[in-house]
Amino acid sequence: MTGLGAFLWERRGEIAALTAEHVALVAASALLAVAIGVPLGVAMTRRPRLARPVLGAANVVQAIPSLALFGFLIPVPLVGGIGARTAIVALVLYSLLPILRNTYAGIRSVEPSVLEAADGIGMSPAQRRRFVELPLALPVVLAGVRVAVVVGVGLATIAAAIGAGGLGVLIYRGVATADHRLILAGALPAAALALLLDFLLGLAERGLGPRR
Amino acid sequence: MTSWADFKHLAAPILEYAGVRKSFSVDRAVLDGFTLSVGARETVALVGPSGCGKTTALKLANRLVDADAGTVTVFGRPAAEHEPVGLRRRIGYVIQEGGLFPHWTVRENVEAVPRLLGWDEERRRARSDELLETVGLAPAEFGPRRPSGLSGGQRQRVGVARALAARPPLVLMDEPFGALDPIARRAMQKEFASWKSRWESAVLLVTHDLGEAFRLADRVAVLANGRIRQVGTRDELLHAPADAFVREFVSEFGA
Repeated sequence: MTGLGAFLWERRGEIAALTAEHVALVAASALLAVAIGVPLGVAMTRRPRLARPVLGAANVVQAIPSLALFGFLIPVPLVGGIGARTAIVALVLYSLLPILRNTYAGIRSVEPSVLEAADGIGMSPAQRRRFVELPLALPVVLAGVRVAVVVGVGLATIAAAIGAGGLGVLIYRGVATADHRLILAGALPAAALALLLDFLLGLAERGLGPRR
Repeated sequence: MTSWADFKHLAAPILEYAGVRKSFSVDRAVLDGFTLSVGARETVALVGPSGCGKTTALKLANRLVDADAGTVTVFGRPAAEHEPVGLRRRIGYVIQEGGLFPHWTVRENVEAVPRLLGWDEERRRARSDELLETVGLAPAEFGPRRPSGLSGGQRQRVGVARALAARPPLVLMDEPFGALDPIARRAMQKEFASWKSRWESAVLLVTHDLGEAFRLADRVAVLANGRIRQVGTRDELLHAPADAFVREFVSEFGA
């Protein structure tokens, strides 16, 4: 163990830099997924006929093995290529399902009597969405973001395979050279990051949620 | 008191239904030939068996539902000519269990309509203080609470206060005390009479409880199969029922 500790300490600069890259990958893809998934989830509650096909498509994406999805995206124009951009696109696609599903479910779970009251007192549809539906759905939406982020931290290690950087770089190098210390140098910070983000988003979920 | 109740519905009605028809499916009309009027400051109760269209009738007034045929006249103009969102802000609306916004405090709930109408904070606050006092909830104690921290009766009080906040000339109440236990229900009914003397609003009250209707309303309208069978005071309904249905319906109150 002391051997591993010394090894990690020796490479602390590189690990910190790759961790920062990793966080940037996950944060960028999570923000994009929220920006796409929340409005789309809201739209699905307005037009329930959209819900099945959209959730179905997101489900199919989720079922594609991640290494394959990264590979498929490389030749795609605009979004593809080698590097972080492609990785972010893939991570957004994976993050979409939990965010979409939870936004949809969160808004659908608002009590009908509360919606009737919102209409009855004279809120416009936009006001009802902003003042009632979204705030009440927020804890459920955040739970979806939390799942997306935690899964994203793991998936982002694979993104190193297409040159996106991040902690996966150390893991791949370790696998290639059969150096388990290098593998751990990537895997341990990634696991710690996942746990930390899970904890922080869990706090946010409880803190921002309405006290029912 | 009685003399006022006798003639006030003769003044220009605030809400009037004439030959209204509404159906949600092809084969059955919920309301058909529905005619009723509510005068300024008058309380009219709409009673009838469940599923008889009471709630639909109520929702026609604030355009949560639109009529298929016939006319609904609100504030002297056909409902269809009112812009729905603006109309609803001028009509109080109380539903069973209150329908309070669970993420807002009691005070925020009461101030909801004034806020939508753009009242400044000082005016909103003065009004919500006044209303919370009226419904028996000390503003300092209850104002900052959330609905989840209230009893059913307290929630219902907040619902009533919210409906009255912007001084609407008309208030619609759909089983306002329906979710309460009998004791809380009686207490609210007693207080309703005293609140009512301080409001300037007309009230259309939907209830399945005939006793409640007699206690609270100036006139009671009996609805069955989509049509009003009779409108009258307690005495008129009890002593001169218009048909066999009304006689049967009011029979539990027979002398």
